[in-house]
Amino acid sequence: MNRISDRYWQITGCRSSEYFTKNQAYSMNQAGNIGADLFVISPEIALASAGFVAVILGLLSSRVSRHVVLAVALAGLASCLMFAWQLWDSNTAAFGSMIKSDNFALAFLVIFVVGAALSIMLAFNHREESYLLYPEFVAIALFATIGMILMAASSNLLVLFLGLETLSISLYVLAGINRTDEHSLESAFKYFLLGAFASAFLLYGIALIFGATGSLDLGALLKSGTGFRTENAPLLFIGSLLVVVGLGFKVAMFPFHMWAPDVYQGAPAPIAAFMSTGSKAAGFAAMLRVMFALTDAATSQLLQVFWVLAVLTMFFGNITAIAQKNVKRMLAYSSIAHAGYILVGIVAWNQVGLSSVLFYLLSYTFMNIGAFGIIAYLGSKDKEFCDFSDFKGLGHERPWLAIAMALFMFSLAGLPPTSGFLGKFYLFSAAVKAGHIPLVIIGVINSMISLYYYLGVVVVMFMKESDGTSRPKLKAPVVAVSLAAAAIGVLGIGFFPSRLMATLETLISHVL
Amino acid sequence: MNELIAVLIMFLGTGALVAVMLSLSNWLGPKKMNPVKSETFECGNIPISVTSNRFPVKFYTVAILFVLFDIEIVFLFPWSVVFQSLGMQAFVSMVLFIGVLVLGLAYAWRRGALQWD
Repeated sequence: MNRISDRYWQITGCRSSEYFTKNQAYSMNQAGNIGADLFVISPEIALASAGFVAVILGLLSSRVSRHVVLAVALAGLASCLMFAWQLWDSNTAAFGSMIKSDNFALAFLVIFVVGAALSIMLAFNHREESYLLYPEFVAIALFATIGMILMAASSNLLVLFLGLETLSISLYVLAGINRTDEHSLESAFKYFLLGAFASAFLLYGIALIFGATGSLDLGALLKSGTGFRTENAPLLFIGSLLVVVGLGFKVAMFPFHMWAPDVYQGAPAPIAAFMSTGSKAAGFAAMLRVMFALTDAATSQLLQVFWVLAVLTMFFGNITAIAQKNVKRMLAYSSIAHAGYILVGIVAWNQVGLSSVLFYLLSYTFMNIGAFGIIAYLGSKDKEFCDFSDFKGLGHERPWLAIAMALFMFSLAGLPPTSGFLGKFYLFSAAVKAGHIPLVIIGVINSMISLYYYLGVVVVMFMKESDGTSRPKLKAPVVAVSLAAAAIGVLGIGFFPSRLMATLETLISHVL
Repeated sequence: MNELIAVLIMFLGTGALVAVMLSLSNWLGPKKMNPVKSETFECGNIPISVTSNRFPVKFYTVAILFVLFDIEIVFLFPWSVVFQSLGMQAFVSMVLFIGVLVLGLAYAWRRGALQWD
């Protein structure tokens, strides 16, 4: 008996009796301040309620106005933002420090909510006849957003896993929501199989981290009082590496990117927009959360790994994107490349670097949803216009649409005066400050490679004659509003970056 | 470390022994095949078709619904046993939990998942 409890102590860092009394004490305390706990997760509750109302509306009558569903979703997202505003600077933890809504989490919440709102507006009226499931789409997108928020706000590895699964399962369903389309089903199935595999890696990593430190709490992981001892350092490193594998799948970085092209191409365009931006931001949020909790030694080891992965991810994404004939597939490879740029900011691991990661993720949300949104806008019931040749002559037929697409392409390529330029500028300048000059040179070379295929779209739109393909009629105004909002976001952040950057730097200085 | 090496040797020894026994009996044993002998079950019903058959997706939806309510029962039983001592908070959370499940059932019902034909 004594030997067993000694072993237990080695694993968990506390005697078994202590462990259980601590847990009991926690459950006693918890009853008192349930109201305060619920206040901390009020943004999530707002989204969940809106999602349930959307499902009920879809049930009441299949002919219920889609405008009502859209209004409910936007109201839910707006109240989510309002509750987040109330929580700003409060820096509180809830449910026995399972969830922590500090400004870091709330800044990511804003990114997720912006992404969800823009994609929900985009999907409205998209390919009307085959989109009978609009209420379901709205509900599942809102639930996925809850998962993302939980990932960013998690202060415990299990909550992180819970958030990841909420996000992933919702996205598997969304990828296949177009049930009659073979490509959509194929993308859902591929995404599901590979995603389940990645979740297993993450869970294994969590188990190893628990074995090394005796704690799942990200706040107290390596502080005094836990069972971490230096001879466990390799175990901790391997564990955190496996966690990075699981999350690297979500952000589509190099060796774990295989799913991205097929899934983005097969899924309907608004959903590809939502997946590529939200799940990438959530993956990076969770990755940063874990890295903040690690020892300096483990972090610096991980950063060395990230250096290599950043280079590989950028080169792979950009070079493969050149060969693509399909714009959606090209955007998928470019999304892999953008994960590489963001990794440059993480490798820098200083205040500017990490705040520019958030900056870049926000501007990436605007520009990528915009680019996918143009494809959604052009699509009709029977055909999606996503080959390069489909864009011929768009500049003459729909000048405003073509100008918006050009703007998003410029931003993705990182040309001034767009937000993409400033995002890259901040990322690279942070890396220079941290002394990673070769990495920055590689990053700039990659930006130049990417110019080729982004500008290829612009050239096709404005300099080629249309080959007379008939394009569908104008879409609902909401879709145009979403595109306009994305364009305003790209330009607004591009012209007035300093206030946003200053806010992000202060919030990073509190967590770093 | 020494005792672990002993375990490893035992594992390898067992594996080798099994491999030798199986391969020897396969190699030396007489083989007189006939149609009855090569059937799946020598004594039992005659197989009527291959098992990797296509079957209606309806079974799948029923199975999913079953899992849903199976999980509900898993939570309901312990909750009802200690209901008195848990108090109001547990009651409210359970009502919310069941409410979400009922919404799911209503959804499945309305969309026709419970209709067999």
